[in-house]
Parts: sequence; C-alpha cells; structure tokens
Amino acid sequence: MSSTFETVAGIISETADIPRDKITLDSHAIDDLGIDSLAFLDIAFAVDKAFGIKLPLEKWTQEVNEGKVPAEEYFVLKNLVARIDALVAAKGA
Amino acid sequence: MRLEYFEMIDRVVEIDRTVGTILVRSTVPQASPVFEGHFPGRPLVPGVLLTETMAQASGYLLLAMREFSRMPFLMGVDRARFRDFVEPGAELEISAELEHEGSGYAVTKSRIVAGSKRIADAELRFRILPFPAELDHLMRARAGAIGLAVGPA
Repeated sequence: MSSTFETVAGIISETADIPRDKITLDSHAIDDLGIDSLAFLDIAFAVDKAFGIKLPLEKWTQEVNEGKVPAEEYFVLKNLVARIDALVAAKGA
Repeated sequence: MRLEYFEMIDRVVEIDRTVGTILVRSTVPQASPVFEGHFPGRPLVPGVLLTETMAQASGYLLLAMREFSRMPFLMGVDRARFRDFVEPGAELEISAELEHEGSGYAVTKSRIVAGSKRIADAELRFRILPFPAELDHLMRARAGAIGLAVGPA
C-alpha cells in the first residue's frame, strides 16, 4: 500500500497544488484536502494513467449520493489506496 | 466556419466510433466580426477559437461514440500549442483521437493542419454528463448539418 500511497499522494499534491506533507493516509480528499469534483477528475485521470486502471468514479459518486456508501469509504486516502490496489490486482488476475 | 456563432466544423470527413478517431474539415471565412478586433488590418483566427475548433471535433467524436446519450463538456486544455497563423480563407483539417476513456470523463488529443503545415495541437479533457434535454435537438441538428449520422432521439 505504501508505494501506491506515495504515488497517489504525489499525484494529489501536484494536481491539486496541495503541499505533500499535508496529505496522509487518513486525509479525506474532500473534507480535509478541499479537492472539488473537477479537481478529482484530474486526479482520477492521473491515477488511471499511472496504474493502468479505470477508477469507477461515477459508480462511487452515485452510491455516495444515494446514501448507500459513506463518502469516507472512497475518499479517505487509505481506503482509496486500498481500492486502487484491488483494481490493479483485478487487472492482473 | 461561422466564427461568431461558434460553428467551427464544416463537415465530417471520416469517423471511427470503435477506435475513437474523427477527421473534419473547415474553411475559415473571408470575413467575420471576429476579424474586426483580431486584428484590425491583419485578420487572424484567435488561438482560443482554434482551441474551440479542436474541442468541437473531439466533442462530436465523443457524442457519436455514445450515440448522443451523454454530452461532453470541455473541462481542461493541456499542452496547447499554436504553431502558425491562420488567415481568412484557410482550409483546415482537424483530427481528434480518444486518448483515455475514464469514468465520467474522457481525454482526447487533437490537431489542426492546413495543407502540410501544423497549425495547432492540444490535449483536451471533457466531463461527460447526462444530455441536457434542451440541447438534444440542437446538437442532433448541428451534427446532421455537418454530416455526422445520428440515430433517433
């Protein structure tokens, strides 16, 4: 996970212009880091490219908006990183 | 092209909805109110309108790939370069290709050439949203006018 986190944190820092030291595994991308939906699409593009995956952002957003899943499940970085790892593993399976 | 109406594409030459490529052509008009300001006595197509031209070529590609079920809205322009001037009467060939299909967004690469001259290129990012009902008829009509076949609404 740490390697994935380092990559994701670097992407967030560069894409959203957030100091790297403010980004931790417990950071909430929206509530703590202030990343808006448009900026998150930029991050998703960089993550998709870096890991060769397709983050299912629309599905996640719909689930959160419908109250089926709390936003933390997708947007707290340790959870986001775990989901990226799972998508990468599924790709290689 | 009707610059002042943002009608940047004259006709679709070819499109591959499976691979994700489109080629369109446009002729810069001899006269336009745009040229009265850009620039007096030295008419040139503004770079921002060349960007719009690449965005529209990409947009029609993305629309066609979704059979007009969802609408792309330009959300980002990266690595835009304007390599030569474009004057009234120029014959432009604009190509676009799908670079990445994301979830709720898409990325294209587009370029404009005039003959053998490279005019402009850019990487464009689009947010893909549900088709606004009030735009459906207009977009289908405009697509039909430039030769882009569209299915029933």
